[in-house]
Formats: sequence, C-alpha cells, structure tokens
Amino acid sequence: MKRLGIAEALREAITEEMERDERVFCLGEDIGVPGGWGGAFTVTLGLEKKFPDRMIDTPIAELGFFGVAVGAALMGMRPIVDVQYGDFLFLASDQIINNAAKLRYMSGGTAKVPLVMRAPIGATGRGSQHAQSMERYFTGVPGLKVVAPSNAYDAKGLLKAAVRDDNPVLIFEHKLLYGSRGARAESGATDATSEIPEHDYTLPLDQAALRRQGSHVTILAWLLMLHHSLAAADILAAEGIEVEVMDVRSLSPFDYESIGATVRKTGRVMIVEEGPKTGGVSAELAAGIMEHFSDSLMAPVARVASPDAPVPFAPVLENAYRPDVPRIVDAARRLAAA
Amino acid sequence: MIDSIAEIAADRLAGYERDFLCSLYERMALIREFEERVKFLFLEGAMPGTIHQCQGQEATAVGVCAALNADDWITSTFRGHGHALSKGLTPQELLDELFGARTGCCKGKGGSMHVGNMEKGMVPGIAIVAGGIPLAAGMALAFKMQKSSQVVACFFGDGAVAEGAFHEGVNMAALWRLPAIFVCENNLYGASTHISKVMKNTRVSDRAASYGFRGETVDGNDVLAVYEATRRAADECRFGNGPVLLELLTYRRTGHSRRDPCSYQAKDERERWFSRDPLDRFAAVLRQRGDVAQADLDQLKARIETQINEAVEKAQRAPLPQGADLLTDIFAGAGKEERKR
Repeated sequence: MKRLGIAEALREAITEEMERDERVFCLGEDIGVPGGWGGAFTVTLGLEKKFPDRMIDTPIAELGFFGVAVGAALMGMRPIVDVQYGDFLFLASDQIINNAAKLRYMSGGTAKVPLVMRAPIGATGRGSQHAQSMERYFTGVPGLKVVAPSNAYDAKGLLKAAVRDDNPVLIFEHKLLYGSRGARAESGATDATSEIPEHDYTLPLDQAALRRQGSHVTILAWLLMLHHSLAAADILAAEGIEVEVMDVRSLSPFDYESIGATVRKTGRVMIVEEGPKTGGVSAELAAGIMEHFSDSLMAPVARVASPDAPVPFAPVLENAYRPDVPRIVDAARRLAAA
Repeated sequence: MIDSIAEIAADRLAGYERDFLCSLYERMALIREFEERVKFLFLEGAMPGTIHQCQGQEATAVGVCAALNADDWITSTFRGHGHALSKGLTPQELLDELFGARTGCCKGKGGSMHVGNMEKGMVPGIAIVAGGIPLAAGMALAFKMQKSSQVVACFFGDGAVAEGAFHEGVNMAALWRLPAIFVCENNLYGASTHISKVMKNTRVSDRAASYGFRGETVDGNDVLAVYEATRRAADECRFGNGPVLLELLTYRRTGHSRRDPCSYQAKDERERWFSRDPLDRFAAVLRQRGDVAQADLDQLKARIETQINEAVEKAQRAPLPQGADLLTDIFAGAGKEERKR
C-alpha cells in the first residue's frame, strides 16, 4: 500500500494500462513535452520517457484531436484523450456527442469506440471560462458513460476500467482534488489522497459508493461537493443529525439501485452540486428519485447548488458562488426538520 | 472551373484492361440507376426520411474506391449512397437501410445519411459537415501506430472546407504524415450557396500547401483521372508521404436534398456541366475505342434496372425493427446498461 493523490494515481493507472496493452496511447495538449508539465495538472508527467511513441502532443485543436481520438478508437486503438480545462469540451463536443457516443448505434451495433476522455473541472480562481462544472452537458448523452472520482483510489480504478471498456467514457476530475505538486499545485486544494493497493484493480463504471452511514438525511454529491458534504456531516453529527453521504460517482448512468437503498433508509434526500442549479445534474437526479422512490420520501428532495450565474473571478464572489460547508449544513438542518 | 474539363482522350485508356474499364463504367451506371430509383421512391412517398443524392458525381466515388484495397477505409458524408456502392456495399443492404429495415447495413438505425458497413471498410456516414475529417486523421493515425499499410480516403464536399474541423484535421494529418487521402468533391455548392460566396480562393487544393503537404485538382467527372490521382495519393500515403488533398471538380445534377429543384443553379451552368456528364463521357470513349457497343451499354442498363427492381421489391418486404431493437446497440459489451433502462 502507498498513499497517493489523484494526479499520481491517474498517472499510475495510465502507466499500467499502457504497459499492459500497446493499443493504449495518450493524446492531448502539453501532455508529453520533455521539461513540460505533464498536462495542465501533472497527470502525465514524465510518461514520454517511458512511452516515447505513445504520448502524442497535439496542436491546440480540441475539436480536431477529439475527432482523431474517435477515429483511432474506431480502428482498434484505445486512446486516452484529455483537455486542459473541461470548459474546452464545448469545442470538442461535436466529436464526443455526434460521433463517439452515436457511432455504435448508427452502425447497428458494429462499430466500437473504446475511448477514454479526461476533463478537469471546478471553480478555482480562474474566472468564467476555466471553471465550469461541465457534467451537466454530458450526462444526458445516450451512448456515453460519465464518471467523477472523488479520491485517488477511485480515480485509479475508474480510469483503468474506462480504458478496458469498449465504449466512450468521460471522466470528470476536480482541480482542487488532484493534489498536483510544485508549480502546478492548486491553492486551497482539498486532500483526496488514498491508500493504493499494489495489486491491479478496477472499479465498476456504474456504481455509487456509500461514504458515511446515517439515518436522518441522505446527501448525494460527487467530486469536491462530496468532501464538503462529509465535512458538513461531521458538524451535523455533533447536533444529533445523522447524515448518510453517498458519492454518486457514476453520473451516467446513475446507480439507482444504491441511490434507492439510501432513499428508502432515510426518506430525506438532498443533492449537492457545484454547478448552477437550473438544468443541472441534480435536477435530473431529483426527478429520477421522484419517479422511482416517491413512496419512500418523507420530504421533497432538496438541492444545494450554485446560483444561475457564470463562475465569477473575485475570490469573495467565487466563495459566495460555490456551495460550501455552512450552506450544506443549513440546508441539511432544514431538511432534517421538514 | 469547367474550362479545365475537356473530352477524355482515347489514348489515355491505353494500358488498361477492357474488363477493368467496363467495371468502372458499370459501377457508375449502378449508382446512377440506384439514385434515380431512390429519388422516384422518395418523391412517390414510398421511402421514409430524407435523401441527399449524388447523380452527376458518380466518377468521384467510383474512381477513388477503385484505387483502394479491400482493407482500406473510407469515411463519407450525408451524401453517401455512391460511396457505399463504390466500396462494395450491395444495393440490397442500402435499400433495406433506406426503407428502415432491420436487414439494412445499419439495421435501420442509420438511414440514408449514415450508410456504412464496418466489414467493408466504410464508417457510417458522418452527416455533420467536416465531422469525418478529424475522424479520418485518427483512423490514419491508428494505421500508422499499428504499422499497417492501410489508408483512409475521407470524402467531403466543398462546403466542409470552411469548417474548423477541416483545418484541425488536415493540420494534424500533415504534421504526423498520416496515410489519409482527403477527397474534396467540389460540386460548387454548399446546399444552395455557391462556392464563390463562401471562399475567396475557390481553388480548394491550394490549401494543402499551406499545411505542408501535396494537393491536386482533378477533373472529377473523369473516372479514370480520379482513379489515377487516387492511386498516386494512396502510394504516397503507403510510403509514409501522406496525406494528400484531392480536389475533384464535379457537379450535382439533382437537389441538395429531398425536393430541392436546384433553382439556384444557372441554366447555362447546368447545361455546361451536363455536357460533361461522367457516364456519358466515359461511355463515349469506351465506344470510340471499341471496348463496348451501344447495344452492350443498353444491355447493361437493362440488367442494372432489373437488379435494382428486384432489390427494391425485396427491401419493401424486408422485416422492420421491433420495439425491443430501440434500446440495443447503444453500448458495446453485453449492454448491462441497456438491461437497466
């Protein structure tokens, strides 16, 4: 066992998968430049030494190189493609949504797109265009799997599973959870390190994970909001409110089996999402819970999310924007009393 | 542009087997007949959906695909019937697809704009303009990484050249010297808009030089010229000297889609291009050289008509997808997700 952060765990996963399978290669901006950064957050740092032919640095052309990745996947390669900031996925979205996700269906089940896509997200002092929570735009895309690891153990297991999956998988990573070091370190980062076993392991791409048991209220969250929710649960426990916290982790498809179990247990559900409330992942999740488990609900589903505004720059505004522990605690108290 | 298009000189055929030349003609005739029949079926209301046809552009599809090996690939567009027939898809699997039948080349889930067959080297048509260009670069990257000698020919129209995907895709293909032949079927119109309204430099092949690779403008209504240019391009690609941009000058005789009467195409422009019809021109030179007589061509047409008639009849009776088919083929590998839904 060893303790790693998410960036290191992802690097280890990529290394192991590239060693295991020569069809696996990486494609992206600044990922394999000697003396460079190993991508925007050090995930691929140094891999060009080990795999000189399989770390392909691209021009700044997200639409183009996501298309390149889809084409290579169609021909039997297993690309891992990334953007420096999730916001750039809008440029690549034609290739992701119209090609990667649909080609299997359009071909009557004969084409295969084994493609891993990685995208860092989250409001982290960069203003409006390097900060959005992009999950909402990709969770309703048939043919696309979406996961969001909140710790290093999950990051490694999910990435390895994604590489071995025969479908396009989009992995959202949070900039404040990477644990990147040196010049690429993020200020205000949250510890998301895990004990990583020595043996090879993967995690299912369609399962939520229960992070804390409780009986009064369930909080569903992912990425940074999961960590805030766990901190909120500690505070609430001191007040006698026992919060069950579930890491949704698989954003498409949702693991309604696990979600249903916790809804039935507590009857009170709150969803915490970093992105703006309108049209967010939490909206879909709330509707799904109503459809499937309304009989078990003792109160309406509650939501904590950012307001419907672009991500602001000024630290004071960003703090007011992104849900934090006090807001989660307040909302959970109200829900517990409802 | 049309001024560069002259008669096909008979001596250009020297060195080619009669059977090969006739097979080129036959494939073009098959596409023409197929498309005319599909147009009729569509206008009659018998065929669902929408259609984008390639009458007048048969030589580009046939010439390019004749120069490829069976294990080479093509990508296509929403106007892909001719490409499919040239790459070896049968009229039956295409007609079944167009009728939305389960026996179609994409099980009725693709339709006219997405015809393809992964067993025959044709990715389902990418109907987003220029969307197939980065895709083809990626396919070529795979061939290079796999140390395979395969090439991909990527069909797109003149309209695609204005898209960012064109720039990004050809730039990377050039950068990495990928085995991709970028085939621009320049038919002068992006939907109803003339090329001169959307490009300052309407010589598409000029663009290749700015990315550092070779481009060539070819008479796209001369099937042999297209074949020869593609052979050269494929050889260059296989020797690590790709990519190549081929601009094939051609003309669409029929509407952009559905019931478009082409009122935006000037009468004299249509007449000039119709006089350079790829089938008529090639038939003339075949007759002139004595490879075929008019009676042979008439017989061929009759044979193809019968073939298409039979295929249409069969397609109209072909089994349609069932409700349960709606949720299959979304994910590869057992579809645990599909069962969950």
